[in-house]
Amino acid sequence: MLSIKNLHASVEGTPILRGINLEVKAGEVHAIMGPNGSGKSTLASVLAGREEYEVTEGEVTFQNKDLLELAPEDRAREGVFLAFQYPVEIPGVSSTNFLRTAVNQVREYRGLEALDAVKFLSLMKEKMKLVEIDQKLLSRALNEGFSGGEKKRNEIFQMAMLEPTLSILDETDSGLDIDALRIVSNGVNQLKSDKNATIVVTHYQRLLDYIVPDYVHVLYKGRIVKSGTKELALELEEKGYDWIKEEVDSATV
Amino acid sequence: MSTLTTQDTLSPLLETAPSNFATARSAAKAIFLQEGLPAVKAEEYKYTQIARKLEKEISSFQQAQPADITSELIQKSIFEGFEGHLIVLNNGKWDATLSSLPEEISISELEDSSIPVGTIAKPEKDPFVALNQSSFASGLAISVPKKTQIEQPILILSVNQTNGGQVVQPRIWIEAGDFAEVTFIDQAVQPLDGALFSNQVVEIKGGHNSKVHYYKIQNEGKESIEVSNIETDIQKDAQFTAVTISLSGDMVRNNLNLNLLGSNSEGNMYGLYLLNGKTHVDNHTNVDHTIPHAESNELYKGILADSSRGVFNGKIFVRQDAQKTNAFQQNNNILLSEDATVNTKPQLEIWADDVKCSHGCTTGQLDEEALFYLQARGIDKLQAKGLLLYAFAGEVLDHIEDENFKNYCTGLVQQRLGSKF
Ligand SMILES: Nc1ncnc2c1ncn2[C@@H]1O[C@H](COP(=O)(O)OP(=O)(O)O)[C@@H](O)[C@H]1O
Ligand SMILES: [Mg+2]
Repeated sequence: MLSIKNLHASVEGTPILRGINLEVKAGEVHAIMGPNGSGKSTLASVLAGREEYEVTEGEVTFQNKDLLELAPEDRAREGVFLAFQYPVEIPGVSSTNFLRTAVNQVREYRGLEALDAVKFLSLMKEKMKLVEIDQKLLSRALNEGFSGGEKKRNEIFQMAMLEPTLSILDETDSGLDIDALRIVSNGVNQLKSDKNATIVVTHYQRLLDYIVPDYVHVLYKGRIVKSGTKELALELEEKGYDWIKEEVDSATV
Repeated sequence: MSTLTTQDTLSPLLETAPSNFATARSAAKAIFLQEGLPAVKAEEYKYTQIARKLEKEISSFQQAQPADITSELIQKSIFEGFEGHLIVLNNGKWDATLSSLPEEISISELEDSSIPVGTIAKPEKDPFVALNQSSFASGLAISVPKKTQIEQPILILSVNQTNGGQVVQPRIWIEAGDFAEVTFIDQAVQPLDGALFSNQVVEIKGGHNSKVHYYKIQNEGKESIEVSNIETDIQKDAQFTAVTISLSGDMVRNNLNLNLLGSNSEGNMYGLYLLNGKTHVDNHTNVDHTIPHAESNELYKGILADSSRGVFNGKIFVRQDAQKTNAFQQNNNILLSEDATVNTKPQLEIWADDVKCSHGCTTGQLDEEALFYLQARGIDKLQAKGLLLYAFAGEVLDHIEDENFKNYCTGLVQQRLGSKF
């Protein structure tokens, strides 16, 4: 479904991603771990199409399409969904209006009929249950004044509404207490199928108890330096990242 | 370089000015002859070189005479969805037959009244007020008796139909009695293309406990040059709210002055300027807190595209006696192009010590983070921009209480922003 080959990207001339390779197939869950600043969010942003990151080398294909050629909105319409590490507060834009516009633009792209107000509301009700999000939140401006946890929950709610093929969850666990973590993970798990795939970015193993990965990759200094199964995450939890850093740093000296 | 002399400007206008209000007129004339139009370096007009503009665009300062206008033209000019009463000004002159007002309201030509013109908007404060007062051709006095609530808004429709390069000088006196409530919508239409100079003076006297809303929308001709002077005296427990929406024109200068004269009075000023092309809009506001326990709120927002220019100057005076004043002011701007400019200046002068005042101004670009967030959810970039800009502008539109007018403005703003929300 997703194939990343030798991806290099930089910000304002500073290289951040330095040769990422990753293959994700339908039905799989991949975890990307790694210390702060290693480039996890950058990878997520590049996949979603953020313009400030310049791809300097490599290619990304998504369902046989050149992902890097597409505008951010077209990537979303093709089925890529990024749950932001820091969801943006947008005063004056109502959550409901925003979502209805988004859902209908995505549907239009996919050749589906627009949802009328009634159908949209019933879809919303159904998906709200999934992440146990309060109706009151959605009557407010988009993310405005939401707590950290509420914002994360809203991300997964939006994901449920848009039914993506590839979901990239960037640190969705941060800012969540244990109950919220369980609810959010539960939502993600229910949305999983053998037709879609999930990339879970985190630097804690905790989330992976709930969203169980098929593969775990460690990103460090813009490269995937280690890949394994969920046991790798447990090992990282126990030993920290220092041993990996040392391994990599001594090899490159 | 030649500049417009007082002879060029005032003399031709005086030829058609009636001889009523002799004292007021000659006082104003003396001031204008002394001052003339604002010089290039005049502090209050330094960003808005209106004299230069007039010199270029106005062939001669002929006062436009009432034109041939039909009721069909009026019907066509009234915005869709409008429900309310109507005052038609034909090149500044009140047309009674085309107007329709509820009987509670008394209305007359200023000429037939003993109104003390120039006692609220004083000619010594601004040369354009002085110009208007010395030479306006015709005026209008509107009075809402005390305890009278006019439910529906009154649309003051100025039909400015000149042969090009002429001057229109509307002059309006509004009096709202104690406990009276009334809403005005001030709109000018320009059926024919071409340059035109409108120099308006509106004086508003709000009685105790009165509530006056004054909405102004500026979306007339691309070539119109406009100076609008609106000044109001606000008495005890009274409320005055102005909302000014500026969408087009060549050069526009709005002078809005609020005098809070009684305790517990409230003055609100909201403005939105949404500019493109080379449109230049300057909002100069002034709120004068002279007594304790009064409140003023001000929010102006601008979105500027192409090589448009916005100017905001907000003066707040809090006199020594005006303890317990609350005064808030905010001006925010979004520049959509590198050629667009904004000059914004808050000017607070506070002599009282027990007051709450705040002000802030920002000028920036569209929030890229927010834009990306919306795009990442599948929303087309142009629409996402429209959605964000509309959200920015909406905060001002929300202060319009008349639903029909609000819908009309919302539609115009959305159309301009290319959004469909
Ligand atoms: N927009 C940006 N401008 C400048 N530097 C950036 C930007 N985004 C990320 N970086 C830098 O790139 C590196 C990787 O950041 P990031 O991808 O956020 O890491 P992670 O998500 O793994 O913590 C960091 O050193 C960070 O400071
Ligand atoms: Mg990160």
